[in-house]
Amino acid sequence: MNAVTLHHVTKRYGARTILDDVSLAIPAGQTVALIGPSGGGKSTLLRCINGLTTFDAGGIHVGQHLLMPRTSRETASAVRRMFGMIFQDFQLFPHLTALENVMEAPLQVLKQPRAAAREEAQRLLARVGLAERADHYPRQLSGGQKQRVAIARALAMKPQGLLCDEITSALDPELKCEVLDTLQELRSDGLTLIVVTHEMGFARRAADQVAVLADGRVIEYGSPDKVLENPQVERTQKFLRQVLA
Amino acid sequence: MPRLHVLVWLGIVCLPLGAAQATAADLPPLRYGADAEGGAPYIFLDPANPSRTQGFEVDLAAALATELGREINFSQKNYENLVLYLERGEVDFVMNGLEVTADRVERLRMSRPYYVYTLQLVGRAGETRFVTLDQLQTLGLTVGTLNETAASRLLKQRGISVAEYDSQAEPYLDLALGRVDAVLLDLPIAEYYARPNPRLQFLGEPLAPGHYALAFRKSDEALAAQFDAALLKLAQRGELERIYRKWNIWNDDQLQLADPNLQPLVAGASSQAMTFTRYLPLLLDGAQMTILLSVCSMALAVLIGLVVAVMRLYGPLPLKFLAVTYVEFFRGIPVLLLLYVLYFGISPIIFRLLGVSLGEWERILVGIVAFGLNYAAYEAEIYRAGISSIPQGQWEAAASLGMNKATTFRRIILPQTWRVVLPPMTNDFVALFKDTSIVSVIAVVELTKQYQMLAKSSMKYVEIGLATAVLYLLMSVPLGYLSRWLEKRLGKE
Ligand SMILES: Nc1ncnc2c1ncn2[C@@H]1O[C@H](COP(=O)(O)OP(=O)(O)O)[C@@H](O)[C@H]1O
Ligand SMILES: [Mg+2]
Repeated sequence: MNAVTLHHVTKRYGARTILDDVSLAIPAGQTVALIGPSGGGKSTLLRCINGLTTFDAGGIHVGQHLLMPRTSRETASAVRRMFGMIFQDFQLFPHLTALENVMEAPLQVLKQPRAAAREEAQRLLARVGLAERADHYPRQLSGGQKQRVAIARALAMKPQGLLCDEITSALDPELKCEVLDTLQELRSDGLTLIVVTHEMGFARRAADQVAVLADGRVIEYGSPDKVLENPQVERTQKFLRQVLA
Repeated sequence: MPRLHVLVWLGIVCLPLGAAQATAADLPPLRYGADAEGGAPYIFLDPANPSRTQGFEVDLAAALATELGREINFSQKNYENLVLYLERGEVDFVMNGLEVTADRVERLRMSRPYYVYTLQLVGRAGETRFVTLDQLQTLGLTVGTLNETAASRLLKQRGISVAEYDSQAEPYLDLALGRVDAVLLDLPIAEYYARPNPRLQFLGEPLAPGHYALAFRKSDEALAAQFDAALLKLAQRGELERIYRKWNIWNDDQLQLADPNLQPLVAGASSQAMTFTRYLPLLLDGAQMTILLSVCSMALAVLIGLVVAVMRLYGPLPLKFLAVTYVEFFRGIPVLLLLYVLYFGISPIIFRLLGVSLGEWERILVGIVAFGLNYAAYEAEIYRAGISSIPQGQWEAAASLGMNKATTFRRIILPQTWRVVLPPMTNDFVALFKDTSIVSVIAVVELTKQYQMLAKSSMKYVEIGLATAVLYLLMSVPLGYLSRWLEKRLGKE
């Protein structure tokens, strides 16, 4: 069973084609690392899957929902319920505490009772190792802590998976580990993870599949062993030489 | 070279010396202070040629100049502060319907009277309920007049409800519109503004006579004495009668002006008694009105401003256009104009249609609406900038959590916007405290107006001024602290 399936998705900004006839199947419960040169369309792909951006042709199945070039608002919000999104620059709500950040969507969208939302939020913060930071405001947290709050906030909507867009790029090396470790735990909990990353070590260790996106096309797709150790495409070889150098 | 230099230098020094000697014999022209703005028939701008002044006092000044053989020039000064300009030496005397009062006699050198005024009660045509002040008092009706005049003192003394205006045309306008029941003002004013209006009528005989006189500095006794003599001569020669007949303000009361032994009628008790404990409650009343006006106007401005900002940012094209037009329009026109248009143009129509009368609250309401509309234009621009300054990523983060646009705006964007807009909003609020003083043009007495009235009557400009300043600071300084505290509480990234 596939969690996400892209059928010939094409996305243009003006005359530029950003995603060029992309087809890709992401099996449920698996972790897919999305790698490729900067500007290759990785972020755009994630935003299409989350319904944050429209596209010009093709379709995307997310669970039983189908996103089309003219998708209704209801479909977009249903799709967003299935996948949470984590951003490179966290985008926590600065006027709310860590706990309130996590509670906000369950309260406003799922209309959960306050007590239940609070209990669940506390459980999620504990799960990402931040139980004692519940009452801190985002400005009082380190980058790694902020990113873990963002993960807890996404998990509060009980998604089937997460879309992670370079979520460790803004972090110091020693803080990257705590976030990546959190991701690994989620993987073992059975969530589907689509992770845009430049951490080749993480991709090798934690990904079930690796997709290489360059110039708007998926140029290589397969297990980490195959794609990272033994790339078939010239463009992939060049990219790997550059990131590993 | 040096010799030439000295010669040139000498020439420059000598030339003006020679010029000065030639004119030393003539006395410099005298300057008389008055306010030509809306001051008919005393002194006002000639409607046919607004660069010229006219009025019975202008004619009197010309007659005095001829009599004294000395040039007298008019100098435009704000009516509120005429006495201050005199004391500062910017004018040599004041002639602007100044009544002889105990305070003025104490502080200034008042001349011989040049006119005997009486007070004329005016009502709407067909008025049958009253002809006397006593009847007005029993009926509990409101009478319009100018602030700090013999008429306003008399009305207050009689316990009659008073609406005090800044200038002379407005009380009669409001009388015709039914907002006050009668107007009591000096006969010359009534002759000029009320007599020609068929919708108004004089009620009863003129009452409570008093004297107008010129005001000089106490130190200018010699000059004042010359004017006293000149005024007596003009009266005895019939020159005054000629001028007053021309302006239709001559009556038998004026005959006494030719009496060399005429004693001035001193109106009003001395306000030496205007002590701190007497004026403070009045200032506090004014401050209360200032706060009421500012707080209500600001609340209205915030509400309208937010709607306009949202329309401009997220509305469809026609609404966007409407929002832009709103901002440009209300930012572009002066509040004073807005007050006049609302109060004399729009509000009477609305209240007639509604068939209700709010009494003095109509003026306050109009003031609040005018400032609310005006400040909303500024608030809208502040909010628009504030809302736009919240990163797009916040919208996306909320969207990815399943929040719709309205919820995101209300729960995520707006709370962050408050923090951004709080400092400029506080500035506007403090400015509003001071700006609201303009409402005195529609007879609402707030702190600044109350100060002007108290200072003018008691001439304690500095003392009461300091007390007023302290009250303003007591309003604005805590506001600054409140804003900074709120800003902190809302949290800064
Ligand atoms: N909103 C946008 N408008 C126009 N061009 C865009 C926009 N977003 C992204 N792009 C372009 O699309 C291309 C792919 O961007 P992106 O998906 O961010 O790539 P990646 O995440 O792989 O670096 C880039 O060339 C970028 O300039
Ligand atoms: Mg990117």
